[in-house]
Amino acid sequence: MGKKIVVKTEGLTKKYDGVTVVDNLNLQVAENEVFGLLGPNGAGKTTTILMLLGLTEPASGTAQVYGFDSTREPLKVKRLAGYLPEKVGFYDTLTARENLRFITELNNIGYAESEPLIEQVLKSVGLGEVGDKTVNKFSRGMKQRLGIADVLVKKPKVAFLDEPTAGLDPEGINQIIDLIANLPKTGTTVVFSSHRLYEVQRVCHSIGILSKGKMVVEGSLDEVGRDALAEGRYRIEVETAEPSPQLVKVIKKIKGVRKVEAEGKVLRITADSDLRAEISKAVVQSGMALIQVKIQEFSLDDIYMKYFHEG
Amino acid sequence: MLTILRKELVDYFTSIRCLVLFILVFIASAAAIYGAYYGIREASIDPGPVFIKLFTTGEDLPSLVVFIAMLVPIIGVALGFDAINGERSSGTLNRILSQPIYRDSVINGKFLAGIITLAIMIGAIILIVGGYGLRMIGVPPTAEEIIRIFIYFISAVIYGAFWMGLAILFSVLFRSLAVSLLFPMAIWILLGIPASVFNPYISFFVPAVSNSVSVQLMLMRLSPYFLFEEAYWVLLIPAWRGYGLLTTTTSSMLPNPLSLDQSLLIVWPQLTALIAITAVCFAISYVVFMRQEIRST
Repeated sequence: MGKKIVVKTEGLTKKYDGVTVVDNLNLQVAENEVFGLLGPNGAGKTTTILMLLGLTEPASGTAQVYGFDSTREPLKVKRLAGYLPEKVGFYDTLTARENLRFITELNNIGYAESEPLIEQVLKSVGLGEVGDKTVNKFSRGMKQRLGIADVLVKKPKVAFLDEPTAGLDPEGINQIIDLIANLPKTGTTVVFSSHRLYEVQRVCHSIGILSKGKMVVEGSLDEVGRDALAEGRYRIEVETAEPSPQLVKVIKKIKGVRKVEAEGKVLRITADSDLRAEISKAVVQSGMALIQVKIQEFSLDDIYMKYFHEG
Repeated sequence: MLTILRKELVDYFTSIRCLVLFILVFIASAAAIYGAYYGIREASIDPGPVFIKLFTTGEDLPSLVVFIAMLVPIIGVALGFDAINGERSSGTLNRILSQPIYRDSVINGKFLAGIITLAIMIGAIILIVGGYGLRMIGVPPTAEEIIRIFIYFISAVIYGAFWMGLAILFSVLFRSLAVSLLFPMAIWILLGIPASVFNPYISFFVPAVSNSVSVQLMLMRLSPYFLFEEAYWVLLIPAWRGYGLLTTTTSSMLPNPLSLDQSLLIVWPQLTALIAITAVCFAISYVVFMRQEIRST
C-alpha cells in the first residue's frame, strides 16, 4: 500500500511467571490510521501496548515506534506516543487544567505554548466548561474524556488507547469514538484496544484480533472480512411449507451458493452474493409454497465470534 | 524531576494530612515552650549554656527534643507511606511513567519533596521555640549553641528521612495502603519500647549478653530510635558524654560541658549510622521501584 509503517512489532513475546501472555506477535500499523486491537480479556492487548511504550520489557522480539526501539529508547518513544491506560487516574485534588498542565510540564512544553493548547484540548473533548473543577467531581465518562485530553495535550504522533470505552454509557462511548475517529486528521495514528467489536468496526481502518497472545487475524477491515468469510458472506434463510431433498439439490445448483443446510422447514443457505431472487424463483418453480426469505449479511461480529470459538 | 518535586511539594502543602501534622507540630512546640520556661526558671544553677536548655528542659511535660523524637517518625511515615502505591492504586503511576521522564525522577522527586517538607516542619518548631524562648528568658544563644542547634536540626531531618524512606520502601513493596502504613508504624512502636523490656528475653537465649554493658549498648545502637536519642542528648546537652563504656565507669567525673568538637566527635558514629540506614532504605526502594514491572493487571 506504500504507506509508512509507524508501529511495528517483530516476534514480540512476553511471559509472566512462565505463562506466555504475548506469543510471537507481529504487528504493523500504518501512519494516520486507526488500528483496532481486538481480543477477549486476557488476550494480551494491554501487555502488547505496555511493551510498545517501553513500560514492560519483552522476553524476546522487538517493538518499534517511529523506528525507535521501545525497549532501548523508551524516552524517545514516550516523547512521540501518548498513552491512555485502562484504568486512567488523575490527581483528585487538582483541577482538570492542573492535571493537564502537569503533563505538559513533564513534556517540557513551555507555559506560553501549553496554556492555549490545554484550553483547546479541553474544548475538543467537551470539557471546556469544567476545566477548573477538581477531578474528584468528574463522572466516569468525563474522566475518560479527560484521559483523551491528557493524551492529546502532548500532541502525540501515535496514541495508544487501552479500552477507552470500558465502563461508559452508550452516549459516552459515542463521544469517545467520535474523538478517536477525528485523530488521524490531526496527524495522530491511533492504536486502540477493545473487546467490543462494533466500536472497532465504526472507526478502524484495520484491525488485529488477538487470542491467547497470538495474532489470529490482521489486516484492513475489507481484507479481514474477505479472508474470514471465504465460505461466503451472505446467509439466506428460506422457509417453505415442506422442504424436500429435491429442493436442496436444486438450490445447491444455483451459482454462488456455497452451502445448504436443512433444519425443519427452514433452509439455511450460505452464498457469495444476494441470491434471494434466484432462490425464491427456484423454490416456486419446484412447486413449493414459499413462506419467508430472510437475508443476513455477515458482520465483523461473526468473524470475531468465529475466532473466539476457535481460540 | 523538578516538575515532580514541585508538584509533590504543592500536594503536601495543600493536603489535609499536612495541615494535621502542622497543628500537631504547633501544639508540641507550645507545650515545649511552656515546659522549658518553668524548668529553666527553677533550676539553672548548672554550669553551661542557658539558651540551649530551652530544648532539653521540661517541667512536668516532656521537653522539646523528646517531642520531636516522637513526632518526626510520625511525620516521616505520614509523608511516605502512600508515595508509590497511592499513585498505583489511583491509576496515575502509569500515566506519569508513560511521559518522557526517567523513571527514577519519580521516586527521587518524592523523596526530596518529603525531605523539604520535613525540614520545613522541624525548622518551624525549632524557630518557634527559639524565638519565643528568647523573648521569655532573654538570654541570646552563643555562636556555639546556634551551631549545635543547627546540627541537631540536620540530624532530626535525617532521622525523619529514615522513617520516610522506610515508609516509601513499604509503599513500593506492597500494593495496599493499609499495609504500607502499618508496617513502619509497627516497627516504630517496636523500636520505641525501651530495650530493658527485651533484656530478659535476650539474656535467656544468650546469657552472656546481660552481663556485658557494651554488648547491650551495641544491641541498642541497632535501633535508629536509640541512635537519634543519643545524638541529640550529646548535641544539645554539652555536659553529656553519651552512653559509652568509658562514661559509665567514670561517672565521678566533673560534669563540665564539652566543647563543640568534642561533642561532635562523640556523636559522629551515630550521625553516620543514621545517614547510612536512611541511604540503605532509600536505595532498596529505588532499586525495587526501578525493577518493578508495570503489569496489565
